[in-house]
Amino acid sequence: MSLIKQDLTRGIIHENPTFRLLLGMCPTLAVTTLVINGLGMGLATTFVLICSNLVISAVRQLIPDRIRIPCFIMIIATFVTIAEMLLRAYQPDLYAALGVFIPLIVVNCIILGRAEAFASKNPLGRSLIDGLGYGVGFTLALLILSAVRELLGKGTLLGINIMGSAFEPMSIFGLPPGAFIALGLLLALMNVVSRKLGID
Amino acid sequence: MENKLIVSSSPHTRTPETIESIMTDVLIALFPVALVSVLLFGYQALLTIVIGTLAAMVTEALILRKKDIFGDGSAAVTGLLLALTLPPAPPWWVVVIGSVVAIGIGKHVYGGLGNNLFNPALVGRAVLLISWGTNLAGDVWALPQPFAFTADVSAVTAATPLVTQDVTLFELFLGNINGSLGEVSALALIIGALWLFYKGHIDWRIPGGFIGAVFVLGFLLGGGAYENALMTGLFHVLAGGVLLGAFFMATDMVTSPVTPRGRLIYGIGCGVVTMLVRLYGGYPEGVTFGILLMNGLTPLIDNLTVPRKFGEVKK
Repeated sequence: MSLIKQDLTRGIIHENPTFRLLLGMCPTLAVTTLVINGLGMGLATTFVLICSNLVISAVRQLIPDRIRIPCFIMIIATFVTIAEMLLRAYQPDLYAALGVFIPLIVVNCIILGRAEAFASKNPLGRSLIDGLGYGVGFTLALLILSAVRELLGKGTLLGINIMGSAFEPMSIFGLPPGAFIALGLLLALMNVVSRKLGID
Repeated sequence: MENKLIVSSSPHTRTPETIESIMTDVLIALFPVALVSVLLFGYQALLTIVIGTLAAMVTEALILRKKDIFGDGSAAVTGLLLALTLPPAPPWWVVVIGSVVAIGIGKHVYGGLGNNLFNPALVGRAVLLISWGTNLAGDVWALPQPFAFTADVSAVTAATPLVTQDVTLFELFLGNINGSLGEVSALALIIGALWLFYKGHIDWRIPGGFIGAVFVLGFLLGGGAYENALMTGLFHVLAGGVLLGAFFMATDMVTSPVTPRGRLIYGIGCGVVTMLVRLYGGYPEGVTFGILLMNGLTPLIDNLTVPRKFGEVKK
């Protein structure tokens, strides 16, 4: 039980890919202009992460050590293609909004990192839990960042006006420099919070 | 006997200058500029200046957890400079947010005075410009109403003279034109700058390179509504924020190079970027972006222009 809990919470808290490891910065900064985009990106990445962790863990004895990275990439690319086609078929708006960042999930270092560091060395069940934890951690981080940016940059959350009509949105948060500023301030906040809670 | 010989380690010569004294000198130098803006734009200019300066000082005191609101004076300078880059009557919260961003994100995120990579006042202005462009760009520049302190200047506004090019060079020099609070009067800016030169706080190379580059590029490239290329060059120097930026912002000791050659390169770079934005960019004015960009290059410029030591042989 404690092993499951440990595998699950590692990716969410102690090694949160965005706030603790600073991995996958490209989609994090690029697509978090709206909560719906952040959520879509997080869920798509979680799907790919869980599936690729499962398959890589299942075939880990069969992959020759020397060519393991190309093998991982092949497996990851398969699931990214599936995710891309599903999004295109069922969520065309989201697909259009995320654009090139969907195919770019292939080179997301969180996924390749977990394949190399965990799934290729651990059994099926633990790899599944690990992928789920990292996926949830990444999705939560994107949700927090995109909520801050949408609220300040547009005055809305999920497209619903929160701040009222008198609020004049600070549109820099919808633009790339605002992504860096918001992420930097959130990182600082997370460091303060984790220090106060004694996580380290 | 033993008291007559003072034994101490170096440095033996110390400057009497402190951060406070330098910042006070800058405030004195900015006084004519602020005075002219109040004379031209009335109580709204005064309000903008007071709100901007106070908000910056309060933010600094809160971040440093100090009760002394003036502190080393650097926050007052930042807030005042920021206010001087704004139109006469922006909404008060725009000024406050600009000051908070300037001090918080422009300075203390990097570790406080001396560690900031970019000029704090210009960071504040850039964030405001990108966020609330409608309040800071376009036809927001109130026409001056000299010596009418209680007049509401925000009623009559127009595009910046940089776009319209319908003012004479003499008007640009005196300052009876529309524009941001601190940029309108070249005369007041030059008086302030002379004080800083006299006190030795600024090196001629930075404003010299800056203004020289703007003049030369205006002379060579600038078209426009003026009779000849010489006047177009002068127009580009006098209009907009070039003098304010060249004398008071590009010369910020923290964010400009320390080597003599580096300072010249830095000044020329500021002028070139300013003119490129003005002539070919999306904004009418490029001083903010020119200085911020060269701020970012300052460490590189310093590294590339280290002077040869006395007696060092060139490889």
